[in-house]
Amino acid sequence: MKQIIGEPGIDLSSDSKMDLKLTRNSESFHKPNSSNHNLNSFNQASQYFPNLSPTNFLSRAENLQQNLKTKSTNSFEPNLNSGMATQNPPLDWDPHAMLSNLSFLEQKIHEVQSLVQSIIDQQAEFSSRPSELATRQQLATADLTCIIIQLISTAGSLLPSIKNTLLSNNPALRQLVNPDFNNNLKCEGLIRNFPETARNSEYEDLLRNLDNEADWMKEPNPLPQSDIVDANPIDEHDLKESDDGDAEREHLPPGSYIVLQLEKEEILAPHTHFCVICGKGFKRDANLRMHMRGHGDEYKTPAALAKPSKEPGSDVHPVTRYSCPFVGCKRNKEHKKFQPLKTILCVKNHYKRSHCDKSYTCSRCHAKKFSVIADLKTHEKHCGRDKWQCSCGTTFSRKDKLFGHVALFQGHTPALPMDEVKASGSGQGNDDMTEDLGGYNGNFASEECLTSMDVKGIDESRAYFSPMNFDGFGALDEFGRGGFDLEDNPFAFIPSGFGQRSGDS
Amino acid sequence: MEPEKRMDKRIRVDLNLEQNPISPFESLSEEVLFLILDLLNSNPLDRKSFSLVSRSFYKLESCHRRWLTPLRLDLLPSILTRYSSISHLNLTLCSRLTDVTLASIASLLSSSLRSINLSGSRSYTHKGIECLAEKCFNLEEIDVSIRVDLGDEVAAAIGKMVKMERVNMGRCKKVTDLGIGCIAAGCPNLKLLCVKGCVGVTDLGVKLVAVKCRKLQSLDVSFTMITKKCLPAIMQLPNLEEFCMTGCLGIDNKAFVNLKQGCNSLQALDMSNCEHMTDSGVLSILQKYPNLYHLNLASCSSVNVSILSGLKSMCKLGSIKLDGCKVTASGLKSLSNSCISLKELSLSKCPGVTDEGISVIMAKHKDLVKLDVTCCRYITDESLSAITSSCTSLVSLRMESCTKLSSEGFRLIGQHCPKLEELDLTDNDLDDEGLRSLASCHNLVSLKIGICLRITDNGLIPVGQSCPRLQELDLYRAIGITDKGVSAIADGCPHLEMINMAYCTNISDESLKFLSKCSKLCILEIRGCLQVSSVGISAIAAGCRLLSKLDVKKCCEVNDAAMFSLARYSHNLCQIHLSYCSVTDAGLLALACLGSLRNATMLHLSGVSPKGLATALLMCHGLTKVKMHSSFKSSIPRALIEHVESRGCSFHWMYKPFQVDFESSELWKQQSHDLFVE
Repeated sequence: MKQIIGEPGIDLSSDSKMDLKLTRNSESFHKPNSSNHNLNSFNQASQYFPNLSPTNFLSRAENLQQNLKTKSTNSFEPNLNSGMATQNPPLDWDPHAMLSNLSFLEQKIHEVQSLVQSIIDQQAEFSSRPSELATRQQLATADLTCIIIQLISTAGSLLPSIKNTLLSNNPALRQLVNPDFNNNLKCEGLIRNFPETARNSEYEDLLRNLDNEADWMKEPNPLPQSDIVDANPIDEHDLKESDDGDAEREHLPPGSYIVLQLEKEEILAPHTHFCVICGKGFKRDANLRMHMRGHGDEYKTPAALAKPSKEPGSDVHPVTRYSCPFVGCKRNKEHKKFQPLKTILCVKNHYKRSHCDKSYTCSRCHAKKFSVIADLKTHEKHCGRDKWQCSCGTTFSRKDKLFGHVALFQGHTPALPMDEVKASGSGQGNDDMTEDLGGYNGNFASEECLTSMDVKGIDESRAYFSPMNFDGFGALDEFGRGGFDLEDNPFAFIPSGFGQRSGDS
Repeated sequence: MEPEKRMDKRIRVDLNLEQNPISPFESLSEEVLFLILDLLNSNPLDRKSFSLVSRSFYKLESCHRRWLTPLRLDLLPSILTRYSSISHLNLTLCSRLTDVTLASIASLLSSSLRSINLSGSRSYTHKGIECLAEKCFNLEEIDVSIRVDLGDEVAAAIGKMVKMERVNMGRCKKVTDLGIGCIAAGCPNLKLLCVKGCVGVTDLGVKLVAVKCRKLQSLDVSFTMITKKCLPAIMQLPNLEEFCMTGCLGIDNKAFVNLKQGCNSLQALDMSNCEHMTDSGVLSILQKYPNLYHLNLASCSSVNVSILSGLKSMCKLGSIKLDGCKVTASGLKSLSNSCISLKELSLSKCPGVTDEGISVIMAKHKDLVKLDVTCCRYITDESLSAITSSCTSLVSLRMESCTKLSSEGFRLIGQHCPKLEELDLTDNDLDDEGLRSLASCHNLVSLKIGICLRITDNGLIPVGQSCPRLQELDLYRAIGITDKGVSAIADGCPHLEMINMAYCTNISDESLKFLSKCSKLCILEIRGCLQVSSVGISAIAAGCRLLSKLDVKKCCEVNDAAMFSLARYSHNLCQIHLSYCSVTDAGLLALACLGSLRNATMLHLSGVSPKGLATALLMCHGLTKVKMHSSFKSSIPRALIEHVESRGCSFHWMYKPFQVDFESSELWKQQSHDLFVE
């Protein structure tokens, strides 16, 4: 009964978020159409839109709610036994109204977006008809003002109603407010047989706050667990246990984890974190939290700003893995030797690298292409700078690669950087030396001098302090002290003076 | 001694045949003379006398010599023309070694050169080494240590020497992995590599060495940045016997605990100052290296010896150093149980060493050869009786600053340890009676009884009479010693090489005259011996031609005359401390003519003028380190200082006030003890 272990809670939360986002995406996909509108139709649209949009919105919102409800009724019935129906605090604001407000805002923003986009697209035309441009600009300004007013009124109704305590104490709610995929779905190693009750309480909270109609909570669900599987609608967002998933690489036995599959559009979406108030998208959760501060003081509390950490009993998170939506890919759950991807980020990078065009070209070598911009940046950092060179001429970008190469091949040695090698050319060095010889102490003057020199120390009985000693430090008289001194009297001579010749004593 | 005697006899025989028209020396065959030369190793002056006998002897000596340690660089060309078959050249005493010199050495000796030591020499660069690599293709050993400015080029040059077996690059701080890689790839026969203190060397370079140089026997990676990553590769070296990684802070327990493979050939492991090593790491080392003989764990403060109890038998471990470790009686007990064949044990500065611990060790290990209990201040005569009763074959015993020992204990040493060669009793409560009993250790080579204020001539004379092998004698601040005692030493110890009589205020010129009989004396310290004058120093200079270090600080009577004799005779003098002496410009200039002088300390010389000092500095080519009073800094021309510095000399400008008189030794000892108590 793997499917039952497959998290109903996760199922729901991720699904609902995906839905929200998908609608947003679908909106944005309409952009090209709207930008094609001519001015008249656009004007009309903006005129009738305020009337039209609420209905649109309501219907969409209803759909969404419906969707949520069906999901929750389907999957959450078993949890009701734990007596959570009793602890269902009533909330003092109308989520329906709120949702419609938000949706309206969203739509409005998209309208403005498309308007501005059309201005950009038709800039050439506008240059001949400046009056039209002015009209459109006015339109955009009016729309923006409308949005601001709407936003303030929505925020005014929304903000006081969400209790700070709720936000700070209830991680599930916080997760909901900051729909953070990575944090929500972070896998926590291999977990099997996690306690269902603990797990469920979290999702109870989540649901309670998400949908406070919550009628379904009050009636126990008659469905036994085995029916849940059948009742679970199989759509493309649905998470599913992979039956034949081969996860041996990370030693996860198939079935011990949940497989999620994101849609292509979602993978390619620029943002993953969206503000629930204004809908702005962010790449990072932290940025979103920073952004949220602007929406009121309750987002400025340390608890709200803190990284949503896992609960002490965080090991109840199910192990989650991801599947690539590209059918036939080894990372796709349908593949026979399916190898799941570990995180959302892996999914994104994998999909872009494997199934997308490589649109970024290196500006240095103009040869390498990348589909992930981070890859390009990494490459550009090192492109053309293979500074580690082997004596065979091969260059390497990294020292360890060079050393691996040298270790592998007999007779290869690491080459020093070019400037040093040039300086150490041995032939040149020898030339230098013969030139230098003349200046060397007078004794080491040349090779001939070296070979013709005899040790005459024995016969020499020169004055110990010859005047040469003081002529200059370069011309010391050496032979007198060639290691063979025959004088035995310790006081054989006392110099009569320095700088003058002192005779033998 | 033996060979010299034999030669004397032969010569005497030959001299009886003076009527013979052929020189008697010519009648000896070359083989015989070579055999004689083979045995003339103890004193360098012997060889010199030999070569002075006749022309043929001179020639033979030139052909025979293999080892050469030139004192002065300026004589090198003539020396090398004379000794053309030199294979081992030690240039450590020539501080200013240039590329030109190296090039001429390379062309003169070429294929005969096997080993060259350039440690500490300055001024040469990689070009010189490359000349060596080109011409001396038989070079097997090179030492380029202590050249902090030398980089990878030198290592690359060494990498071109295919027959290279032993490379020492200690403290070449600029050498990196690249240089080490060049050596690893270029020298397949490498047996010894020392990269001590080469901070640029990391795992990569060491790993490559381990992969490429399979004949490696000894590896020193002390004070480098290596981590556990390179250990598996090193441990796969089939012949590795000695591995030293002192002060490698990147090495911790995991490095050894996770190591799958031990190394059967490893015999010596030095991991002193590896602060991150603890018990479990040491335990796994002992389990993985079954043939380990030497283990050095000095200053591994987190290692507790009691872990050894976990080992059933470490039968091969013969030498263990635990300096500064946590040692308890129970730990020593487990040590003695597990290390059955312990020969050498060092417990210096282990605060936990007590009589009980020592007795436990001694009960098991009867054949201990070396014991170091320096600064184990809690041990008493009880320990000594345990040591002496069981370890009768002790060769080295070091117990500096074991202040609780009494003369009864020292008597036991004299009675039971006849094989003792090295004895350190510095800063003990030794008296004449104890010293007299120590005299029965006839094999003593090194005796250190500094800061034993109670000893007098009565104790020292028996030592001089019965310890003929004595080479080192430390009498620092032994204030009871007079000329009489020193004369006994000088008479009885002809092999004396080092004597320290600093602050023995009763010593006079007579002592030095006696000591001048010790022809091997090379280190003499008579700091603060106020009665010593130039007469004594002159006698030493004339008698002890090998003198290399002289400390006459605060010997106020020493004047120019002493300097003249030193300049005349002491051509081996490398280091001199002259502060507070009555030396003038003339004396200093005479001294400056010594080409061998490298290290001079000249503070508070009232008779020396800045001009004289400057001239002396200019004349003294070999200087590498000079300590002078900072007041001279302004009076000596800046250009001159720079010039001398460019020749490789470093100046240390000291600012110390002139001390009129120094404290008495009793007071000094009291002060030092007070310092310890605090």
